[in-house]
Amino acid sequence: MPVNMIVCCKQVPDPEAPPAVFKVVNNQMTLPPDVKPVIGQYEEFALEAALKIKDTAGGKITALSLGNNFVRDVIKKALAVGGDELILMEDEAFEEGDSWSTANALAMAIKKIGEYDIIFCGRQSSDWDAGQVGLGIAEILGIPAVTLARKVEVTDGKAKVERVIPDGYQVVEVTLPALIIVTSGIGALRYPTLKGIMAAGKKQPVIWKPADIGLEPSQVGAAGRRSKLDKLFQPVKEAKCEIIEGETPAEAGANLAVRLKEAKLL
Amino acid sequence: MAENKGILVCGELANGKLASITTELLGCGRKLADDLKEDLSCLLASDAVGGASKEAIAFGADKFYSVEHPTFKEYQADSYMQAVEKLVKEISPRAILIGQTSLGRDLAPRLAFRLGTSLTTDCLDLSIDPATKLLIQKRPVYGGNAQAIFTSELMPQVVTVRTKAMSPLERDDSRKGEVMPTKIDIDTSKVRTKILETVKEEAVGIKLEDAPVIVCGGRGVGGPEPFQTTLKALADLLHGAVGSSRPPADNGWVPEAAHIGLTGKIVAPDIYIAIAVSGASQHTAGCSGSKHIIAINKDPEANIFREAEFGVVGKYEEVVPAFTNKLKELLAG
Repeated sequence: MPVNMIVCCKQVPDPEAPPAVFKVVNNQMTLPPDVKPVIGQYEEFALEAALKIKDTAGGKITALSLGNNFVRDVIKKALAVGGDELILMEDEAFEEGDSWSTANALAMAIKKIGEYDIIFCGRQSSDWDAGQVGLGIAEILGIPAVTLARKVEVTDGKAKVERVIPDGYQVVEVTLPALIIVTSGIGALRYPTLKGIMAAGKKQPVIWKPADIGLEPSQVGAAGRRSKLDKLFQPVKEAKCEIIEGETPAEAGANLAVRLKEAKLL
Repeated sequence: MAENKGILVCGELANGKLASITTELLGCGRKLADDLKEDLSCLLASDAVGGASKEAIAFGADKFYSVEHPTFKEYQADSYMQAVEKLVKEISPRAILIGQTSLGRDLAPRLAFRLGTSLTTDCLDLSIDPATKLLIQKRPVYGGNAQAIFTSELMPQVVTVRTKAMSPLERDDSRKGEVMPTKIDIDTSKVRTKILETVKEEAVGIKLEDAPVIVCGGRGVGGPEPFQTTLKALADLLHGAVGSSRPPADNGWVPEAAHIGLTGKIVAPDIYIAIAVSGASQHTAGCSGSKHIIAINKDPEANIFREAEFGVVGKYEEVVPAFTNKLKELLAG
Protein backbone atom coordinates (compact mmCIF):
# COMPACT_ATOMS: atom_id res chain seq x y z
CA MET A 1 0.00 0.00 0.00
CA PRO A 2 1.58 3.32 -1.03
CA VAL A 3 2.27 5.65 1.87
CA ASN A 4 1.55 9.37 1.72
CA MET A 5 4.29 11.21 3.59
CA ILE A 6 5.13 14.79 4.55
CA VAL A 7 8.66 15.63 5.70
CA CYS A 8 9.29 18.90 7.54
CA CYS A 9 12.72 20.33 6.66
CA LYS A 10 14.53 23.41 7.87
CA GLN A 11 17.25 25.38 6.15
CA VAL A 12 19.95 26.19 8.75
CA PRO A 13 23.52 27.50 8.76
CA ASP A 14 25.90 24.53 8.54
CA PRO A 15 26.10 23.30 12.17
CA GLU A 16 29.40 21.56 11.42
CA ALA A 17 31.10 24.91 10.81
CA PRO A 18 33.99 25.42 13.28
CA PRO A 19 32.82 26.89 16.61
CA ALA A 20 35.05 29.96 16.16
CA VAL A 21 32.97 31.31 13.23
CA PHE A 22 29.76 31.57 15.28
CA LYS A 23 29.60 35.21 16.41
CA VAL A 24 26.76 36.97 18.17
CA VAL A 25 26.46 40.65 17.24
CA ASN A 26 23.62 42.78 18.62
CA ASN A 27 21.59 39.80 19.81
CA GLN A 28 21.84 38.15 16.39
CA MET A 29 23.86 35.16 15.26
CA THR A 30 26.05 36.28 12.39
CA LEU A 31 28.07 33.90 10.29
CA PRO A 32 30.60 34.62 7.57
CA PRO A 33 29.26 34.15 4.01
CA ASP A 34 31.42 31.08 3.44
CA VAL A 35 29.29 29.16 5.98
CA LYS A 36 26.72 27.68 3.60
CA PRO A 37 23.16 26.85 4.57
CA VAL A 38 22.18 23.18 4.64
CA ILE A 39 19.10 21.12 5.43
CA GLY A 40 19.31 20.42 9.17
CA GLN A 41 21.01 17.14 10.05
CA TYR A 42 17.98 15.62 11.78
CA GLU A 43 15.66 16.65 8.93
CA GLU A 44 18.04 14.79 6.62
CA PHE A 45 17.47 11.69 8.75
CA ALA A 46 13.71 12.34 8.53
CA LEU A 47 13.97 12.47 4.72
CA GLU A 48 15.91 9.21 4.72
CA ALA A 49 13.24 7.55 6.89
CA ALA A 50 10.59 8.58 4.34
CA LEU A 51 12.71 7.45 1.38
CA LYS A 52 13.26 4.02 2.96
CA ILE A 53 9.48 3.56 3.19
CA LYS A 54 9.03 4.77 -0.38
CA ASP A 55 11.69 2.21 -1.47
CA THR A 56 9.73 -0.69 -0.03
CA ALA A 57 6.04 0.27 0.14
CA GLY A 58 6.01 3.02 -2.47
CA GLY A 59 4.23 6.31 -1.97
CA LYS A 60 4.63 10.03 -2.19
CA ILE A 61 6.92 12.39 -0.30
CA THR A 62 6.06 16.06 0.11
CA ALA A 63 8.83 18.14 1.65
CA LEU A 64 7.60 21.15 3.59
CA SER A 65 9.73 24.00 4.82
CA LEU A 66 9.14 27.32 6.55
CA GLY A 67 11.43 30.31 6.43
CA ASN A 68 12.56 33.09 4.16
CA ASN A 69 15.23 33.53 1.50
CA PHE A 70 15.55 29.83 0.74
CA VAL A 71 18.62 28.93 -1.28
CA ARG A 72 16.95 26.89 -4.01
CA ASP A 73 19.85 24.50 -4.60
CA VAL A 74 20.04 23.72 -0.88
CA ILE A 75 16.37 23.10 -0.17
CA LYS A 76 15.82 21.32 -3.49
CA LYS A 77 18.05 18.55 -2.19
CA ALA A 78 14.79 17.18 -0.73
CA LEU A 79 13.61 16.65 -4.32
CA ALA A 80 16.97 15.52 -5.69
CA VAL A 81 17.19 12.61 -3.23
CA GLY A 82 13.72 11.38 -4.17
CA GLY A 83 11.05 13.72 -2.80
CA ASP A 84 8.06 14.26 -5.10
CA GLU A 85 6.96 17.73 -4.19
CA LEU A 86 8.39 20.73 -2.37
CA ILE A 87 6.27 23.33 -0.60
CA LEU A 88 8.06 26.40 0.68
CA MET A 89 6.31 28.62 3.17
CA GLU A 90 8.46 31.57 2.25
CA ASP A 91 7.83 35.05 3.56
CA GLU A 92 9.51 37.73 5.64
CA ALA A 93 6.69 37.35 8.15
CA PHE A 94 7.78 33.75 8.90
CA GLU A 95 11.19 34.91 10.18
CA GLU A 96 12.29 34.84 13.84
CA GLY A 97 9.49 32.58 15.00
CA ASP A 98 9.59 30.38 18.07
CA SER A 99 8.60 26.73 18.42
CA TRP A 100 4.95 27.70 18.82
CA SER A 101 4.57 29.98 15.80
CA THR A 102 6.60 27.58 13.65
CA ALA A 103 4.61 24.48 14.67
CA ASN A 104 1.32 26.35 14.23
CA ALA A 105 2.14 27.53 10.70
CA LEU A 106 3.41 24.06 9.70
CA ALA A 107 0.25 22.45 11.12
CA MET A 108 -1.92 24.86 9.13
CA ALA A 109 0.03 24.02 5.97
CA ILE A 110 -0.38 20.30 6.65
CA LYS A 111 -4.15 20.80 7.06
CA LYS A 112 -4.15 22.51 3.68
CA ILE A 113 -2.22 19.59 2.13
CA GLY A 114 -4.97 17.47 3.63
CA GLU A 115 -4.11 13.85 2.92
CA TYR A 116 -1.24 12.13 4.70
CA ASP A 117 -0.35 8.90 6.48
CA ILE A 118 2.89 9.94 8.16
CA ILE A 119 4.46 13.29 8.97
CA PHE A 120 8.18 13.00 9.56
CA CYS A 121 10.18 15.58 11.54
CA GLY A 122 13.75 15.65 12.86
CA ARG A 123 14.29 15.49 16.61
CA GLN A 124 15.56 19.05 16.83
CA SER A 125 16.64 21.83 14.51
CA SER A 126 20.37 22.23 14.04
CA ASP A 127 20.32 25.91 14.99
CA TRP A 128 17.96 26.49 17.94
CA ASP A 129 17.99 22.84 19.13
CA ALA A 130 14.63 23.24 20.91
CA GLY A 131 13.12 19.89 19.94
CA GLN A 132 9.50 21.05 20.17
CA VAL A 133 8.09 21.62 16.70
CA GLY A 134 7.32 18.00 15.75
CA LEU A 135 5.39 17.25 18.93
CA GLY A 136 3.73 20.66 18.67
CA ILE A 137 2.40 19.85 15.20
CA ALA A 138 1.04 16.51 16.46
CA GLU A 139 -0.74 18.25 19.35
CA ILE A 140 -2.27 20.89 17.09
CA LEU A 141 -3.44 18.28 14.59
CA GLY A 142 -4.56 15.90 17.35
CA ILE A 143 -2.65 12.92 15.98
CA PRO A 144 -0.40 10.46 17.85
CA ALA A 145 3.36 10.98 17.79
CA VAL A 146 6.32 8.69 18.37
CA THR A 147 9.69 10.30 19.14
CA LEU A 148 13.32 9.27 18.60
CA ALA A 149 12.66 6.76 15.82
CA ARG A 150 15.64 4.96 14.35
CA LYS A 151 13.67 2.49 12.19
CA VAL A 152 10.17 2.69 10.74
CA GLU A 153 8.14 0.02 8.95
CA VAL A 154 4.60 0.40 7.66
CA THR A 155 2.07 -2.44 7.41
CA ASP A 156 -1.72 -2.45 7.29
CA GLY A 157 -2.28 1.16 8.25
CA LYS A 158 0.11 0.94 11.18
CA ALA A 159 3.71 1.95 11.72
CA LYS A 160 6.14 -0.13 13.74
CA VAL A 161 8.83 2.15 15.14
CA GLU A 162 12.11 1.39 16.88
CA ARG A 163 12.28 4.16 19.45
CA VAL A 164 15.64 4.89 21.11
CA ILE A 165 15.59 4.89 24.94
CA PRO A 166 18.62 5.50 27.22
CA ASP A 167 19.78 1.88 27.44
CA GLY A 168 18.35 0.33 24.31
CA TYR A 169 15.18 0.66 22.28
CA GLN A 170 11.48 -0.02 22.28
CA VAL A 171 9.34 -1.31 19.46
CA VAL A 172 6.27 0.92 19.39
CA GLU A 173 3.21 0.42 17.25
CA VAL A 174 1.07 3.37 16.23
CA THR A 175 -2.02 3.63 14.04
CA LEU A 176 -1.73 6.00 11.09
CA PRO A 177 -2.03 8.87 10.49
CA ALA A 178 0.77 9.69 12.90
CA LEU A 179 3.74 11.97 13.32
CA ILE A 180 7.14 10.32 13.68
CA ILE A 181 10.21 12.15 14.97
CA VAL A 182 13.47 10.76 13.68
CA THR A 183 16.91 10.52 15.29
CA SER A 184 20.32 9.57 13.94
CA GLY A 185 20.25 5.75 13.94
CA ILE A 186 18.10 5.69 10.80
CA GLY A 187 21.18 6.04 8.59
CA ALA A 188 22.68 8.94 6.64
CA LEU A 189 20.63 10.58 3.89
CA ARG A 190 21.45 8.98 0.53
CA TYR A 191 23.29 10.99 -2.10
CA PRO A 192 21.16 12.44 -4.88
CA THR A 193 21.56 10.71 -8.24
CA LEU A 194 22.40 12.69 -11.36
CA LYS A 195 18.91 11.94 -12.63
CA GLY A 196 17.47 13.16 -9.35
CA ILE A 197 19.42 16.41 -9.54
CA MET A 198 18.28 17.01 -13.13
CA ALA A 199 14.64 16.33 -12.25
CA ALA A 200 14.82 18.59 -9.19
CA GLY A 201 16.27 21.36 -11.32
CA LYS A 202 13.19 21.35 -13.52
CA LYS A 203 10.68 21.20 -10.69
CA GLN A 204 9.36 24.46 -9.25
CA PRO A 205 8.57 24.55 -5.54
CA VAL A 206 5.08 25.63 -4.50
CA ILE A 207 5.26 28.89 -2.52
CA TRP A 208 2.80 29.64 0.27
CA LYS A 209 2.40 32.94 2.07
CA PRO A 210 0.68 33.30 5.49
CA ALA A 211 -2.66 34.06 3.77
CA ASP A 212 -2.40 30.81 1.81
CA ILE A 213 -2.60 28.84 5.06
CA GLY A 214 -5.29 31.06 6.56
CA LEU A 215 -3.06 33.02 8.93
CA GLU A 216 -2.46 36.75 9.32
CA PRO A 217 1.16 37.95 9.26
CA SER A 218 0.59 38.90 12.93
CA GLN A 219 0.06 35.21 13.78
CA VAL A 220 3.33 33.87 12.36
CA GLY A 221 7.07 34.29 12.85
CA ALA A 222 8.30 36.88 15.34
CA ALA A 223 4.82 38.39 15.79
CA GLY A 224 3.32 35.02 16.68
CA ARG A 225 5.85 34.07 19.34
CA ARG A 226 4.81 32.84 22.76
CA SER A 227 8.26 33.05 24.31
CA LYS A 228 10.42 36.12 24.29
CA LEU A 229 14.11 36.00 23.41
CA ASP A 230 15.60 38.51 25.84
CA LYS A 231 19.24 38.02 25.04
CA LEU A 232 21.57 36.01 22.82
CA PHE A 233 25.20 35.92 23.92
CA GLN A 234 28.40 33.92 24.05
CA PRO A 235 29.92 33.25 27.45
CA VAL A 236 33.60 34.13 27.55
CA LYS A 237 35.66 30.99 27.89
CA GLU A 238 39.27 31.10 29.00
CA ALA A 239 41.27 28.45 27.24
CA LYS A 240 44.07 27.33 29.54
CA CYS A 241 45.14 23.97 28.28
CA GLU A 242 48.59 22.82 29.36
CA ILE A 243 50.14 21.08 26.36
CA ILE A 244 52.48 18.26 27.38
CA GLU A 245 55.47 17.96 25.07
CA GLY A 246 57.90 15.16 24.27
CA GLU A 247 60.57 14.23 21.70
CA THR A 248 58.10 11.80 20.15
CA PRO A 249 54.32 11.43 20.47
CA ALA A 250 54.94 8.32 22.60
CA GLU A 251 57.21 10.25 24.95
CA ALA A 252 54.60 13.02 25.21
CA GLY A 253 52.07 10.32 26.12
CA ALA A 254 54.31 9.00 28.91
CA ASN A 255 54.98 12.55 30.10
CA LEU A 256 51.23 13.15 30.27
CA ALA A 257 50.91 10.22 32.69
CA VAL A 258 53.67 11.66 34.88
CA ARG A 259 52.07 15.13 34.82
CA LEU A 260 48.65 13.75 35.80
CA LYS A 261 50.21 11.95 38.73
CA GLU A 262 51.97 15.18 39.81
CA ALA A 263 48.68 17.04 39.55
CA LYS A 264 47.16 14.30 41.78
CA LEU A 265 44.47 13.48 39.23
CA LEU A 266 45.08 9.75 39.61
CA MET B 1 -8.88 30.73 36.45
CA ALA B 2 -7.09 30.83 39.76
CA GLU B 3 -3.84 32.75 40.02
CA ASN B 4 -0.86 30.59 39.13
CA LYS B 5 1.31 29.91 42.17
CA GLY B 6 4.15 27.65 43.18
CA ILE B 7 6.63 25.44 41.39
CA LEU B 8 5.82 21.92 40.23
CA VAL B 9 8.54 19.35 39.56
CA CYS B 10 7.64 16.39 37.33
CA GLY B 11 9.61 13.61 38.98
CA GLU B 12 11.01 10.38 37.63
CA LEU B 13 12.06 7.15 39.28
CA ALA B 14 15.20 5.15 38.52
CA ASN B 15 15.35 1.62 39.91
CA GLY B 16 12.55 2.37 42.36
CA LYS B 17 14.24 5.46 43.81
CA LEU B 18 14.00 9.14 42.98
CA ALA B 19 16.09 9.70 39.83
CA SER B 20 19.09 12.00 40.27
CA ILE B 21 17.59 14.51 37.79
CA THR B 22 14.55 14.77 40.08
CA THR B 23 16.72 15.59 43.10
CA GLU B 24 18.45 18.23 40.95
CA LEU B 25 15.08 19.70 39.89
CA LEU B 26 13.97 19.78 43.53
CA GLY B 27 17.19 21.57 44.50
CA CYS B 28 16.64 24.20 41.84
CA GLY B 29 12.88 24.36 42.45
CA ARG B 30 13.41 24.89 46.20
CA LYS B 31 15.48 28.01 45.54
CA LEU B 32 12.93 29.38 43.06
CA ALA B 33 10.04 28.66 45.45
CA ASP B 34 11.89 30.35 48.33
CA ASP B 35 12.57 33.43 46.19
CA LEU B 36 8.85 33.58 45.39
CA LYS B 37 7.81 32.63 48.95
CA GLU B 38 5.65 29.91 47.43
CA ASP B 39 5.37 26.12 47.63
CA LEU B 40 7.40 23.48 45.83
CA SER B 41 5.39 20.46 44.71
CA CYS B 42 6.53 17.20 43.18
CA LEU B 43 4.48 14.88 40.99
CA LEU B 44 5.34 11.26 40.40
CA ALA B 45 3.39 9.03 38.06
CA SER B 46 4.46 5.42 38.34
CA ASP B 47 3.12 1.91 38.66
CA ALA B 48 4.63 1.82 42.17
CA VAL B 49 5.69 5.08 43.83
CA GLY B 50 7.02 3.31 46.94
CA GLY B 51 9.19 5.40 49.27
CA ALA B 52 9.69 8.23 46.79
CA SER B 53 7.36 10.55 48.73
CA LYS B 54 9.74 10.57 51.72
CA GLU B 55 12.71 11.07 49.42
CA ALA B 56 11.08 13.96 47.53
CA ILE B 57 10.29 15.74 50.80
CA ALA B 58 13.80 15.10 52.15
CA PHE B 59 15.20 16.68 48.98
CA GLY B 60 13.07 19.83 49.28
CA ALA B 61 9.42 19.29 48.27
CA ASP B 62 6.62 20.85 50.37
CA LYS B 63 3.90 18.80 48.72
CA PHE B 64 4.02 15.43 47.06
CA TYR B 65 1.46 14.14 44.59
CA SER B 66 1.58 10.57 43.42
CA VAL B 67 -0.45 8.93 40.69
CA GLU B 68 -0.18 5.17 40.68
CA HIS B 69 -1.47 3.21 37.72
CA PRO B 70 -0.31 -0.02 36.07
CA THR B 71 -0.04 1.78 32.72
CA PHE B 72 2.88 3.86 34.07
CA LYS B 73 5.16 0.82 34.29
CA GLU B 74 6.64 2.03 31.02
CA TYR B 75 6.30 5.67 30.01
CA GLN B 76 3.76 6.28 27.28
CA ALA B 77 2.87 9.87 26.46
CA ASP B 78 -0.86 9.37 26.05
CA SER B 79 -1.37 7.92 29.54
CA TYR B 80 1.26 9.99 31.34
CA MET B 81 -0.05 13.25 29.86
CA GLN B 82 -3.48 12.60 31.35
CA ALA B 83 -2.03 12.56 34.86
CA VAL B 84 0.15 15.63 34.40
CA GLU B 85 -2.48 17.67 32.56
CA LYS B 86 -5.15 16.98 35.18
CA LEU B 87 -2.88 17.79 38.13
CA VAL B 88 -1.59 20.98 36.50
CA LYS B 89 -5.14 22.19 35.90
CA GLU B 90 -6.01 21.40 39.51
CA ILE B 91 -3.08 23.12 41.22
CA SER B 92 -2.27 25.88 38.65
CA PRO B 93 1.47 26.14 39.21
CA ARG B 94 3.44 29.19 38.14
CA ALA B 95 6.19 27.06 36.66
CA ILE B 96 6.72 23.40 35.79
CA LEU B 97 10.22 21.89 35.87
CA ILE B 98 10.84 18.71 33.90
CA GLY B 99 14.12 16.87 33.28
CA GLN B 100 15.70 17.06 29.81
CA THR B 101 15.61 13.26 29.80
CA SER B 102 14.16 10.64 27.51
CA LEU B 103 10.81 11.14 29.28
CA GLY B 104 11.03 14.93 29.52
CA ARG B 105 11.95 15.44 25.87
CA ASP B 106 8.84 13.50 24.91
CA LEU B 107 6.48 14.90 27.50
CA ALA B 108 7.29 18.60 27.86
CA PRO B 109 6.50 19.82 24.31
CA ARG B 110 3.20 17.91 24.29
CA LEU B 111 2.28 19.36 27.69
CA ALA B 112 3.16 22.95 26.76
CA PHE B 113 1.21 22.81 23.49
CA ARG B 114 -1.74 21.08 25.17
CA LEU B 115 -1.84 23.77 27.87
CA GLY B 116 -1.48 26.56 25.32
CA THR B 117 1.65 27.90 26.97
CA SER B 118 5.33 28.12 26.02
CA LEU B 119 8.29 25.88 26.78
CA THR B 120 12.04 26.37 27.01
CA THR B 121 13.96 23.10 26.73
CA ASP B 122 17.39 22.09 28.02
CA CYS B 123 17.84 24.98 30.49
CA LEU B 124 21.20 25.38 32.22
CA ASP B 125 20.11 28.03 34.67
CA LEU B 126 16.83 29.34 36.06
CA SER B 127 16.13 32.32 38.29
CA ILE B 128 13.26 34.60 39.26
CA ASP B 129 13.10 38.17 38.01
CA PRO B 130 12.28 40.03 41.25
CA ALA B 131 10.31 42.74 39.42
CA THR B 132 8.04 40.57 37.27
CA LYS B 133 8.29 37.25 39.17
CA LEU B 134 8.87 35.65 35.77
CA LEU B 135 11.24 32.74 35.31
CA ILE B 136 14.47 33.76 33.58
CA GLN B 137 15.39 30.76 31.43
CA LYS B 138 18.92 30.29 30.12
CA ARG B 139 19.68 27.63 27.53
CA PRO B 140 22.38 26.85 24.97
CA VAL B 141 21.54 27.33 21.27
CA TYR B 142 23.35 26.75 17.96
CA GLY B 143 24.73 23.44 19.18
CA GLY B 144 26.24 25.15 22.21
CA ASN B 145 27.94 27.90 20.21
CA ALA B 146 25.84 30.53 22.00
CA GLN B 147 23.41 30.89 24.89
CA ALA B 148 20.03 32.55 25.04
CA ILE B 149 17.78 33.93 27.74
CA PHE B 150 14.04 33.47 27.34
CA THR B 151 11.01 34.58 29.32
CA SER B 152 7.31 34.06 28.82
CA GLU B 153 4.30 35.73 30.35
CA LEU B 154 2.06 32.75 29.63
CA MET B 155 1.24 30.56 32.62
CA PRO B 156 2.36 28.04 33.58
CA GLN B 157 5.93 28.61 32.44
CA VAL B 158 7.24 25.20 31.40
CA VAL B 159 10.94 24.32 31.20
CA THR B 160 13.10 21.25 30.89
CA VAL B 161 16.45 21.27 32.69
CA ARG B 162 19.63 19.59 31.53
CA THR B 163 20.81 16.69 33.67
CA LYS B 164 23.71 17.50 36.02
CA ALA B 165 23.24 21.25 35.46
CA MET B 166 21.71 21.84 38.92
CA SER B 167 22.79 20.68 42.38
CA PRO B 168 20.47 18.74 44.67
CA LEU B 169 20.10 19.79 48.30
CA GLU B 170 21.65 17.64 51.01
CA ARG B 171 19.13 14.95 51.87
CA ASP B 172 17.40 15.97 55.11
CA ASP B 173 15.00 13.34 56.45
CA SER B 174 13.76 15.71 59.15
CA ARG B 175 12.20 18.05 56.57
CA LYS B 176 8.43 18.23 56.78
CA GLY B 177 6.13 17.95 53.81
CA GLU B 178 2.67 16.88 52.93
CA VAL B 179 1.68 13.85 50.90
CA MET B 180 -1.36 15.04 48.98
CA PRO B 181 -4.19 12.71 48.08
CA THR B 182 -4.66 12.47 44.35
CA LYS B 183 -7.52 10.90 42.49
CA ILE B 184 -6.80 10.82 38.80
CA ASP B 185 -8.41 8.22 36.56
CA ILE B 186 -6.48 7.19 33.50
CA ASP B 187 -8.52 6.41 30.39
CA THR B 188 -6.45 3.70 28.73
CA SER B 189 -8.65 3.79 25.61
CA LYS B 190 -7.00 7.13 24.80
CA VAL B 191 -3.52 5.58 24.55
CA ARG B 192 -2.77 5.57 20.83
CA THR B 193 0.58 3.78 20.96
CA LYS B 194 1.45 0.26 22.01
CA ILE B 195 4.88 -0.88 23.24
CA LEU B 196 5.43 -4.27 21.64
CA GLU B 197 8.89 -4.88 23.05
CA THR B 198 11.63 -3.22 25.13
CA VAL B 199 15.18 -4.27 24.35
CA LYS B 200 18.24 -3.49 26.49
CA GLU B 201 21.34 -2.71 24.47
CA GLU B 202 23.71 -1.29 27.08
CA ALA B 203 27.27 -2.55 26.89
CA VAL B 204 28.49 -4.64 29.81
CA GLY B 205 30.62 -3.01 32.49
CA ILE B 206 30.34 0.38 34.15
CA LYS B 207 27.52 2.63 32.95
CA LEU B 208 28.74 5.82 31.30
CA GLU B 209 26.64 8.04 33.58
CA ASP B 210 28.15 6.46 36.69
CA ALA B 211 31.77 6.09 35.56
CA PRO B 212 34.34 8.23 37.42
CA VAL B 213 36.60 8.07 34.37
CA ILE B 214 35.49 8.17 30.73
CA VAL B 215 37.68 7.48 27.74
CA CYS B 216 35.92 9.02 24.75
CA GLY B 217 36.81 8.40 21.11
CA GLY B 218 35.90 10.64 18.20
CA ARG B 219 35.72 10.49 14.43
CA GLY B 220 39.55 10.51 14.28
CA VAL B 221 39.70 7.07 15.90
CA GLY B 222 38.95 5.84 12.41
CA GLY B 223 36.94 2.65 12.98
CA PRO B 224 35.33 0.28 15.49
CA GLU B 225 38.40 -1.77 16.43
CA PRO B 226 40.40 0.75 18.53
CA PHE B 227 37.33 1.24 20.76
CA GLN B 228 37.69 -2.45 21.71
CA THR B 229 41.48 -2.36 22.08
CA THR B 230 43.44 0.89 22.59
CA LEU B 231 40.61 2.85 24.24
CA LYS B 232 39.24 -0.05 26.24
CA ALA B 233 42.68 -0.92 27.65
CA LEU B 234 43.02 2.63 29.01
CA ALA B 235 39.45 2.66 30.37
CA ASP B 236 39.92 -0.74 32.04
CA LEU B 237 43.14 0.38 33.71
CA LEU B 238 41.35 3.41 35.22
CA HIS B 239 38.14 1.47 36.03
CA GLY B 240 36.33 3.69 33.59
CA ALA B 241 33.97 3.38 30.66
CA VAL B 242 34.37 3.98 26.93
CA GLY B 243 32.20 6.57 25.20
CA SER B 244 32.15 8.32 21.87
CA SER B 245 31.20 11.54 20.14
CA ARG B 246 28.42 11.43 17.53
CA PRO B 247 30.23 10.26 14.36
CA PRO B 248 31.39 6.87 15.76
CA ALA B 249 27.82 6.17 16.96
CA ASP B 250 26.31 7.29 13.63
CA ASN B 251 28.81 5.08 11.78
CA GLY B 252 27.94 2.10 13.96
CA TRP B 253 31.48 1.76 15.40
CA VAL B 254 29.92 1.83 18.89
CA PRO B 255 26.30 1.43 20.08
CA GLU B 256 24.18 4.58 20.33
CA ALA B 257 24.21 4.14 24.12
CA ALA B 258 27.90 5.17 24.06
CA HIS B 259 27.16 8.53 22.40
CA ILE B 260 28.01 11.56 24.58
CA GLY B 261 26.74 14.99 23.55
CA LEU B 262 23.78 17.29 23.07
CA THR B 263 21.61 14.52 21.63
CA GLY B 264 23.33 11.67 23.48
CA LYS B 265 24.30 11.30 27.10
CA ILE B 266 25.31 14.13 29.39
CA VAL B 267 28.15 13.01 31.64
CA ALA B 268 30.23 14.66 34.35
CA PRO B 269 33.00 12.26 35.43
CA ASP B 270 36.09 13.22 37.45
CA ILE B 271 38.33 12.55 34.47
CA TYR B 272 37.34 12.76 30.81
CA ILE B 273 39.94 11.67 28.28
CA ALA B 274 39.00 12.80 24.77
CA ILE B 275 40.86 10.86 22.10
CA ALA B 276 40.77 12.06 18.48
CA VAL B 277 37.68 14.12 19.32
CA SER B 278 37.55 17.45 17.47
CA GLY B 279 35.43 19.03 20.18
CA ALA B 280 32.42 20.37 18.29
CA SER B 281 30.13 22.31 20.60
CA GLN B 282 27.45 19.63 20.16
CA HIS B 283 29.86 17.17 21.77
CA THR B 284 31.31 19.34 24.53
CA ALA B 285 27.72 20.11 25.58
CA GLY B 286 27.69 16.53 26.86
CA CYS B 287 30.99 16.54 28.77
CA SER B 288 31.75 20.13 29.81
CA GLY B 289 30.67 19.34 33.38
CA SER B 290 33.62 16.94 33.79
CA LYS B 291 36.05 17.92 36.55
CA HIS B 292 39.19 17.39 34.45
CA ILE B 293 39.26 17.12 30.66
CA ILE B 294 42.34 15.68 28.97
CA ALA B 295 42.67 15.84 25.19
CA ILE B 296 44.78 13.85 22.76
CA ASN B 297 44.51 15.00 19.17
CA LYS B 298 46.86 15.32 16.22
CA ASP B 299 45.39 18.72 15.25
CA PRO B 300 46.78 21.48 17.50
CA GLU B 301 43.88 23.72 16.40
CA ALA B 302 41.19 21.22 17.47
CA ASN B 303 38.48 22.88 19.52
CA ILE B 304 38.80 20.25 22.24
CA PHE B 305 42.03 21.95 23.43
CA ARG B 306 39.90 25.00 24.36
CA GLU B 307 37.96 22.79 26.77
CA ALA B 308 40.82 20.69 28.11
CA GLU B 309 43.07 21.22 31.11
CA PHE B 310 45.87 18.98 29.82
CA GLY B 311 46.61 17.99 26.26
CA VAL B 312 48.97 16.15 23.96
CA VAL B 313 49.27 16.99 20.27
CA GLY B 314 50.03 13.80 18.37
CA LYS B 315 48.60 10.76 16.68
CA TYR B 316 46.57 8.88 19.24
CA GLU B 317 47.87 5.52 17.93
CA GLU B 318 51.30 6.51 19.23
CA VAL B 319 50.35 8.65 22.23
CA VAL B 320 47.72 6.48 23.91
CA PRO B 321 49.59 3.13 24.25
CA ALA B 322 52.62 4.93 25.76
CA PHE B 323 50.31 6.91 28.06
CA THR B 324 48.53 3.72 29.17
CA ASN B 325 51.82 1.87 29.79
CA LYS B 326 53.29 4.70 31.83
CA LEU B 327 50.09 5.01 33.86
CA LYS B 328 50.17 1.28 34.58
CA GLU B 329 53.73 1.63 35.84
CA LEU B 330 52.89 4.66 38.01
CA LEU B 331 49.75 3.09 39.44
CA ALA B 332 51.65 -0.08 40.30
CA GLY B 333 54.46 1.83 41.92
